[in-house]
Amino acid sequence: MKQFDRASFGWLGLLLFSVLILPWYRGGDFGASALGEGLGTQPWLLPIAVSAVLLAGLALTVDDWRRHVAILPLSIAGLVLMTLQGFAIGLNGPLIPGIAAIYPTAEQGQSGIGLGGLVTGLAFLGLISDALAARGFCRGERFAAACVVIIVALLSLFVFFPIIKLGTAAFTDAEGALAITPFLTRISGAELWGLACLTSRYSCGVVINTVVLGVLSAAFATGLGLALALLVARTDFRLKRTLRAISILPIITPPFVVGVAIIVLFGRSGVVTAEVADWFGVRPGRWIYGLPGILLAQVLAFTPVTFLVLLGTLEAINPTLEEASGTLGAKPFVTFRKITWPLLRPGIAAAFLLAFIESLADFGNPIVLGGGYDVLSTKIFFAVVGAQYDLGNAATLAIVLLALTLAAFWVQTRWLGRASYVTVSGRSDAGLAAPVPRWVRVAAIAAVVPFVVFTLAVYTIVLFGGFVTDLGRLDLTPTVSHIWTAFSFEIGAEGLRLYGSAWDSLITTLWVSALSAPLTMGIGILTAWLVMRQDFFGRRAFEFGTMLSFAIPGTVVGVSYIVAFNVPPVDITGTMVILVICFMFRNMPVGMRAGMAALAQIDRSMEEASQTMGAGGARTLRDVVLPLIRPAIFTALVYSFVTAMTAVSAVIFLVSARHNMATAYIMGRVENGEYALAIAYSAVLMIVMIACVALIQFAVGHRNLGRRTELQGAPAAQTAE
Amino acid sequence: MKDIDSVTETAIEFEGVIKRYGDAVAVNGLNLSIQRGELVTFLGPSGCGKTTSLRLIAGLELPSEGRLLIAGRDVSRDPASERNVGMVFQSYALFPHLSVLENVAYGPSIRGLKKAEAHDKARTILDQIGLGGLHQRLPSELSGGQQQRVAVARAIVQQPDVILFDEPLSNVDAKLRRRVRSEIRALQQEFGLTAVYVTHDQEEALAVSDRIVVMEKGQIAQVGTPEDLYERPASAFISSFIGDANLIAGRVQSSRFTGAGLDLPVSGNDGPASLSIRPERIALATGGTARIESATYLGSRMEYGVISGGMSLLVSRPIPETRLEPGAAVHLQIDPAGVIRLD
Ligand SMILES: Nc1ncnc2c1ncn2[C@@H]1O[C@H](COP(=O)(O)OP(=O)(O)OP(=O)(O)O)[C@@H](O)[C@H]1O
Ligand SMILES: [Mg+2]
Repeated sequence: MKQFDRASFGWLGLLLFSVLILPWYRGGDFGASALGEGLGTQPWLLPIAVSAVLLAGLALTVDDWRRHVAILPLSIAGLVLMTLQGFAIGLNGPLIPGIAAIYPTAEQGQSGIGLGGLVTGLAFLGLISDALAARGFCRGERFAAACVVIIVALLSLFVFFPIIKLGTAAFTDAEGALAITPFLTRISGAELWGLACLTSRYSCGVVINTVVLGVLSAAFATGLGLALALLVARTDFRLKRTLRAISILPIITPPFVVGVAIIVLFGRSGVVTAEVADWFGVRPGRWIYGLPGILLAQVLAFTPVTFLVLLGTLEAINPTLEEASGTLGAKPFVTFRKITWPLLRPGIAAAFLLAFIESLADFGNPIVLGGGYDVLSTKIFFAVVGAQYDLGNAATLAIVLLALTLAAFWVQTRWLGRASYVTVSGRSDAGLAAPVPRWVRVAAIAAVVPFVVFTLAVYTIVLFGGFVTDLGRLDLTPTVSHIWTAFSFEIGAEGLRLYGSAWDSLITTLWVSALSAPLTMGIGILTAWLVMRQDFFGRRAFEFGTMLSFAIPGTVVGVSYIVAFNVPPVDITGTMVILVICFMFRNMPVGMRAGMAALAQIDRSMEEASQTMGAGGARTLRDVVLPLIRPAIFTALVYSFVTAMTAVSAVIFLVSARHNMATAYIMGRVENGEYALAIAYSAVLMIVMIACVALIQFAVGHRNLGRRTELQGAPAAQTAE
Repeated sequence: MKDIDSVTETAIEFEGVIKRYGDAVAVNGLNLSIQRGELVTFLGPSGCGKTTSLRLIAGLELPSEGRLLIAGRDVSRDPASERNVGMVFQSYALFPHLSVLENVAYGPSIRGLKKAEAHDKARTILDQIGLGGLHQRLPSELSGGQQQRVAVARAIVQQPDVILFDEPLSNVDAKLRRRVRSEIRALQQEFGLTAVYVTHDQEEALAVSDRIVVMEKGQIAQVGTPEDLYERPASAFISSFIGDANLIAGRVQSSRFTGAGLDLPVSGNDGPASLSIRPERIALATGGTARIESATYLGSRMEYGVISGGMSLLVSRPIPETRLEPGAAVHLQIDPAGVIRLD
């Protein structure tokens, strides 16, 4: 009983401490708290302090205070007051007319919240969750209730609020007032939907461009992926392992590196271009910049994904169906057309949609290879960072991109929901699969060989291009000068000094990745546990909300973060915090999926046993759940880490001079045409990444993974009747 | 039922407890009090709400309506971790990454004991329960019966207010069941534990319980000692659920029942009535209007299907009697003490 009391006074203590002492505003002093500032020039903070003091008074005077009727309303009131004042009074004064009449000092405005505001919000949320738990929310489990309430608040702040802000930005006119006309003007313009490219030399609208690119690149990637999958699953082609290995590469490749390699090969002064020009006496052209180049890069980048999807589908098709058809006298071609192909179609649709969605979201390749071919993601970028800075336009384009992506996701879930009959039965046994017709095989090899050659060429360039003098002029003298420009250092009297121009960005990247990976993993696994194991009102909506953040393209996230977080109450643009937060919420669904899959394998009665023995949610999670789902933790950590190191689409909007990221730095070099430096840095980045993954494996995975496999038999043996 | 002077204390009290999952009602208005030191069994067909009732006591579910008191305290809104309840799960739910000793010491260390003290406590219980040499093993290195005993040790090590068993024998070898269930019963009496036991096996329920709660569709159908339920079932459902019973419909007129070719003295009002007669309460004599339809040899006894007055009745007889063959004409002799009037 005593422990119980102490624990529930925790949030209250935190609340009082923050309201009375912690600096409310960013950069404030201790003592410049809600109370301090409230008594001074910011009287609108006083009600927050008052509700905190009332809560404390109530808790000290009544028995069983968590169940007192006034606790929930009071803490909700505190939180609402806090939110209202934050949005009502901006940096330069009141944002809602009439506030100045109540609080004359509001004319001076207020800055963004700091530690005090943050902790106060947290404490109010904690109290709300405590009061809810006392009323049976999450089966009375306080830790779980707190996690649900806090995660909902975080998602609202960092996923939904930015999107809503983006929506309002799209409906804002030049004077900053809400209006529908500017949105209608922007969204209906020829810039978006124009078809000029069909009839003239002018380019088409950006939506048309995006969709054309998406369809083409998804079609080619799916075709190639299908060829690869057929070769691996249905023939005795010997390169299975190599192909599987190649399919991992894009995950650790910064997205525009392939684009850079293509420029080095086919650009105006590219290796291949120069050779061809020499041989045939033609003038080197710029054909690679634009649709052909982006398409090439995207097909290379997305084929591994489609390959994996289609391989899964093919392996799930029961070969006995094909065999049966064969024994009934059908020719291989007929079997393929009548049996294999129809069963394969849903997989093809899935692969196509996946590649289409990736193409919509891709930013790295179009920015490097785009030339005059604008797509939505690059157009959004230039609307924000370019000369014609136009946030309203960027927001409108972002909404169009978001709508396209969500539509594709919607089609995907609708379609695949119905088409789940693919997995007719278990996996095929080795060697049983029906062979494909000869012409299919020939076509597949014809498609795959260039792909493999090309991939090898690209990665050769990525690995070695940075370490020769000038790849473009075929000067292959080995050199470290590019690397040295980026990473020069000196060990002198004052110790190690880093001179190279790339150090800052590399160190920031490592920091951001190292900070965001465990946070992303933590929130992902925690959310998985809440969704799988807790019982609370609104669980379905909760799960849907968390997954939604995955569907939002990076560029859209980037713009929405700028719109939402460059002004108070939460002004964090330009800091490292916003980078970490951005990764956290973009990547959490992956950790969540991994965690949910792992938890589905674990008998939940072990956790219940722990609870009946007196362990609360946090203790159960630590002692029972986490040790049993180590592999999922490892997956989530590695994925979050690697994505944080290679992502570019969202961070490109969020980096600042002080906190630049490696990918953004490399992109800058590419824009300046310093390809060798860019490639050298990319290679370094990939090597650092592999080293870090090995380190994570060593820290998390290794020690206990072995023991786990041996233990997996235990629960199975127990439940066997 | 209880002696007036042996004052007992209520360990668990259900007061109109309802548990809903969405629209489905798993437990519908449970009123029940369980005395300290008693072993009460929840018995009933699949899906009747036994497990749910047990989980309500543990705090793994909270009631949608009503109150639940443990040791006099209202715990309706308290989570499992704030109750003092031990539970033995159907799958045992031992922690596979902890040794036997660590499994049993887990609870005491959660409740604030130092590691050494917790281990001492765990060792004592394990020795008492006969698992002395297995402290360092992992659960996966134990037999099913040993795992079960570890689960019991883990549940009782903290002297819980109540210990809960959810079908503890369902993973035990059929041959071992009888032994394990008497071990559980002996342990419960030795430690003076209040226990709630869930099963859908009526024989198991009769063997271990002080009282049995028969549930049907989320409600209590009848509560009583094993004898009460077997000898005095309150409804056709109970009498057919506990043991075998012949349910005979007929009429009562001036204290005599007629139906299924029988004519028996009964008490109570005139009108339509139904009786329950246990198969072993019927004796067979050769010659009569009834006819043997089937005869099954079951080792310890014979089971006959008898057609009487157009109804098929089940009769169970000890072996030594002369064996009757199908087709034989028989006369039914019914022990009046074994006739239960339902409704
Ligand atoms: N988490 C849940 N969500 C929805 N319905 C549930 C849940 N748990 C149980 N139920 C329903 O409540 C009813 C009672 O379930 P309960 O598990 O208590 O049955 P039981 O008596 O233990 O049955 P069994 O003998 O099969 O174990 C069932 O109809 C079941 O489907
Ligand atoms: Mg059950």
